[in-house]
Amino acid sequence: MSPTAEAVIELRDVRKSFGAQKVLDGLSFQVPRGRCLAIMGPSGTGKSVILRHVIGLLKADAGVVSVEGRDVARLSKHELSDLRKRMGFLFQEGALINWLTVGENVALPLRENTRLPDAEIRRKVQEKLELVHIPDAWDKLPAQISGGMKKRVGLARALITDPEIVLYDEPNAGLDPEISQSINDLLRELHERLRVTALLVEHRVRCIRTVADEVLFLEKGRVLVQLPPREFFASDHPRLVQFLGKDPD
Amino acid sequence: MNILRPVVTIAQGLGYELELLGSVLARLHHVPARARLVADQIYQSALQTVHVVLVVGTFIGMIVALQTGIELARIGQQDQIGTIVSLSMAREMGPFITATILAAAAGSSMAAEIGTMSVSDELSALEVLSVDRVKLLILPRVVALAIAAPLLTILCDTVGILGGGFVAQSQLNVSYQLYLDSAVEALRDPGRILPLPKDVYGGLFKSFVFGVIVAVIGCAAGLRASGGALGVGQATRSAVRDSIIAIIVTNYFITWALYQS
Repeated sequence: MSPTAEAVIELRDVRKSFGAQKVLDGLSFQVPRGRCLAIMGPSGTGKSVILRHVIGLLKADAGVVSVEGRDVARLSKHELSDLRKRMGFLFQEGALINWLTVGENVALPLRENTRLPDAEIRRKVQEKLELVHIPDAWDKLPAQISGGMKKRVGLARALITDPEIVLYDEPNAGLDPEISQSINDLLRELHERLRVTALLVEHRVRCIRTVADEVLFLEKGRVLVQLPPREFFASDHPRLVQFLGKDPD
Repeated sequence: MNILRPVVTIAQGLGYELELLGSVLARLHHVPARARLVADQIYQSALQTVHVVLVVGTFIGMIVALQTGIELARIGQQDQIGTIVSLSMAREMGPFITATILAAAAGSSMAAEIGTMSVSDELSALEVLSVDRVKLLILPRVVALAIAAPLLTILCDTVGILGGGFVAQSQLNVSYQLYLDSAVEALRDPGRILPLPKDVYGGLFKSFVFGVIVAVIGCAAGLRASGGALGVGQATRSAVRDSIIAIIVTNYFITWALYQS
């Protein structure tokens, strides 16, 4: 992605270690407004750690993580909260509040952070549940639904505030191919229609081909390769060939 | 440095708990809007321990009556058994036993629930959604135990005194009426602060403080849990252990303030 375009998300020389384990080692990249950058790489290379830095759940040992030009680590609690209200985050396992129903989980950000009337909140929640193909799940508890459904509820919750920036941690994990494709189409539509800026951690090639504008391969805490999907999956880079296999589809 | 590590850990834990208590106090005005969550917590934490309080309270009263009654009978003062049982239950045994039951049942449960939320990313999700977790999770639990502990203590005191009366009549040959008269008379001593029996409100004040302690320590342990199921187990264990220590230490200072100053 062109570094000259307005960068909504930017990491500059970011380093992060957990004890003796170095996870990010001078990582730098940008995501321009309205674009979707996918991050691929072997398990345990810090892909989810990157998302947690961007949303302010983790602080880098060194380097700068900025969102809309502001260093996330230097934001006050109040400023960070305001920024997060304009962001959506889909957790790997959904991270649904286990004692709230599906509907209450999706409604939570609106109930806690807005003064919208109950009828309006219910309408918005129902709309998002329909968007992720679970219109009848309102009264179910997280323990009563499958892993794939939890992921979709998590997606509905991430989108309930119509965020400008969305971070997806493996949105396709645990979904069957049919639902998976419909979720991918939905994400693509969000980016095309609403110009949502996104960071996507994903292993599924089909998802990346459908949703991402560019793909970044993370190796040893740094960017190894960053290319548009078509070129990325056609690349003869030995490490990519080794990781993806001969037929990436 | 290794010798100081436990002291530093205890100080950090205490600091975290006091900070959490401060956060709860700063949000007390949100209690009316969280009434449903408070009611849910009272049901989960308190009502489900009622049967334990009934059984333990009754037997504690019986034990106190039997232990002291045997000695009093030797000097022919068994008529005082009602006084001793009622004062013991109202001042110490009721609040302490109730708080211990709440620490074991409710405090551990709070640590486990919130700890599980912590290790399963639910707390991170609340943070990301800009949802105030103190308002949503901690405030209702602290308020619920602050309300429930004194109510359960009244129950514990009552069944303990009645249990003591049963022992007094059946094993110490003190009539039930005489026992109850002396028990009630002993609790009539008015206090200087409130126009109520000092031993009753003193005990209820203690149980109110103990309820807050149990909830804050349980929630704090849960919030700091990490490392999967093992971390949740450690949080639960430390919640019960730290609550009981804090209850005993605080009990001494409240007793000192109420009866010595």
